[in-house]
Amino acid sequence: MSAATDVVEEVKEKKSEPLFSKKNRKLISNPLDIDNPITVQVLGICSALAVTTQMKPAFIMALSLTVVTASSNVAISLMRTTIPSRIRIIVQLAIVSLWVILVDQVLKAYVYDVSKQLSVFVGLIITNCIVMGRLEAFAMGNKPWPSFLDGLGNGFGYGMILMAIALVRELFGGGSLFGYKVFAEIGIPYQGNGLLLLPAGACILLGVIIWVQRSLNGYREAH
Amino acid sequence: MKFLRKQLDSVKHNFEKGGKWEKYFFAYEAFETFLFTPNTTADAKGAQIRDAIDLKRLMMTVIIAMLPCLIFGMWNVGYQHHLATGQTGTFMDALVIGLVKTVPIIIVSYAVGLGIEFVFATIRRHPVNEGYLVTGMLIPLVMPPDIPLWQVAVATAFAVIIGKEAFGGTGMNVVNIALTARAFLYFAYPSQISGEVWTFLGEGVKPVAGYSGATPLAIAAASTGNAATDLSSFGAGWADGMYSVWNMFIGVIPGCIGETSTLMCLIGAFILVFTGVGSWKIIVSVFAGAWAMGLLLNAIGTTPFAQLPAHYHLVMGGLAFGAVFMATDPVTAAQTETGKWIYGLLIGVFTVLIRVFNPAYPEGIMLAILLMNVFAPLIDYFVVSANKNRRLQRATV
Repeated sequence: MSAATDVVEEVKEKKSEPLFSKKNRKLISNPLDIDNPITVQVLGICSALAVTTQMKPAFIMALSLTVVTASSNVAISLMRTTIPSRIRIIVQLAIVSLWVILVDQVLKAYVYDVSKQLSVFVGLIITNCIVMGRLEAFAMGNKPWPSFLDGLGNGFGYGMILMAIALVRELFGGGSLFGYKVFAEIGIPYQGNGLLLLPAGACILLGVIIWVQRSLNGYREAH
Repeated sequence: MKFLRKQLDSVKHNFEKGGKWEKYFFAYEAFETFLFTPNTTADAKGAQIRDAIDLKRLMMTVIIAMLPCLIFGMWNVGYQHHLATGQTGTFMDALVIGLVKTVPIIIVSYAVGLGIEFVFATIRRHPVNEGYLVTGMLIPLVMPPDIPLWQVAVATAFAVIIGKEAFGGTGMNVVNIALTARAFLYFAYPSQISGEVWTFLGEGVKPVAGYSGATPLAIAAASTGNAATDLSSFGAGWADGMYSVWNMFIGVIPGCIGETSTLMCLIGAFILVFTGVGSWKIIVSVFAGAWAMGLLLNAIGTTPFAQLPAHYHLVMGGLAFGAVFMATDPVTAAQTETGKWIYGLLIGVFTVLIRVFNPAYPEGIMLAILLMNVFAPLIDYFVVSANKNRRLQRATV
């Protein structure tokens, strides 16, 4: 995995590098394309299928996950030298759940209806493979600033796919965008596609996105 | 013929290497080989195994086997229309109504499906496969006569792109493409493909008094007393004895365009088996599985539907059509001979199970075949490894 090589480079580096060096910019841009957590690493599929029937909950979910990943990455990175390796998973879990509870409370306070819609999926961010994966693979071996960027990048990569799926599902499944009845406003009679509203429809859409992405960038699974 | 040949030859150089339409060579080739036998056959001295039959001939045989269903189905669309609106019409009147409703569906299915095939063949630079010839005819046969044409187009596009091209094209698909198209509509636009949509009434036409569009499966599922009596008493006043076993066998009942007639499906089955195109094992075992499950439910079931005599299941709904034309699809069925029995039996069993126990899905054959399509490779795997083990035990080394 790329994280292992990052560790080695980090040790060699003596001079302080600029905040947005080429390597740091890569931390943000890679998860958007060639190292996307959903379409390439195939993590976080459950929530990608569950919360994407509408744009609004998908957006809130993506935002919450980005906040949680970035902040727990920073927290773990700060503690990385002091965590005994035998209990590191439980320490990571404790920190992630702290952030998740905070995010959950904020959602309940300010966007209660969306919070109700997302129901358990906010709580399930604790066990989201992307969050755990970034902590294990990146934050445990890197400084806080790159870890923060890595968390943001992966959150954006996740959010991008979530929004793309939600866009198609809400527009063609329900005929609206962010709850705004697009087709009805234009005056086109549109019959919603029921398959897209089912999780199976989201799974097919995700497959199509992976298909398109791989034929564009030529990515091949290593055997 | 000579004229066609001349025309083709006169434009051929454009499509060959270096020609101005080089990109579209495979589109050209598809037309050419559709009209004429390719001149690239093996010569008489070759050591290859030669057979007169190629993929195109195979597909045409299946289409010929479907013709009885198609023609009967067209007539039946008109016949049901006359019955439901209380008109009387001759055989030809009914056939004309059926033609008007059916031919556009067939045209849309072929146009969309072949269009996508040509696009993919041009992008991927491979010859256009013949696989769509059969699928393009199967899709209209499993649609209700009143289906909106745009839905046929969307479903066909979905089935060809997601069901076939995503997996690599003809012969690589996991599930039956025609059933993928139908399943797509079933989940995407359920209001046009389930419920009482099976009779073409026409815009603003009032049906006769007492008319009901309920299908035999819906009546049996809703029955509270005796399902068989409910079926035979259906249609009193406007179509007496409509759902008798005989009528359901002949197929003069509402339903998808091609699937109502068990008799026509059996004629098709005879053509398929006689020419060696379809596997008789699968056809027989689907019927056997459904019948056995029906008998078992008769013995232990408590609901009126479960108590329905087992032979009703063989003539109701799309079981016969699915068994003959869908389950026998050589790409998606089990390949081993023992596997074919298991595959067919399970399709029959699941069909009856879904019909009787799942109130959301009145007909089970579509989902049963799709489910067993997915499991066919696993069945083959176990059959092959069982065979290996048996032979290993026999080995003396």
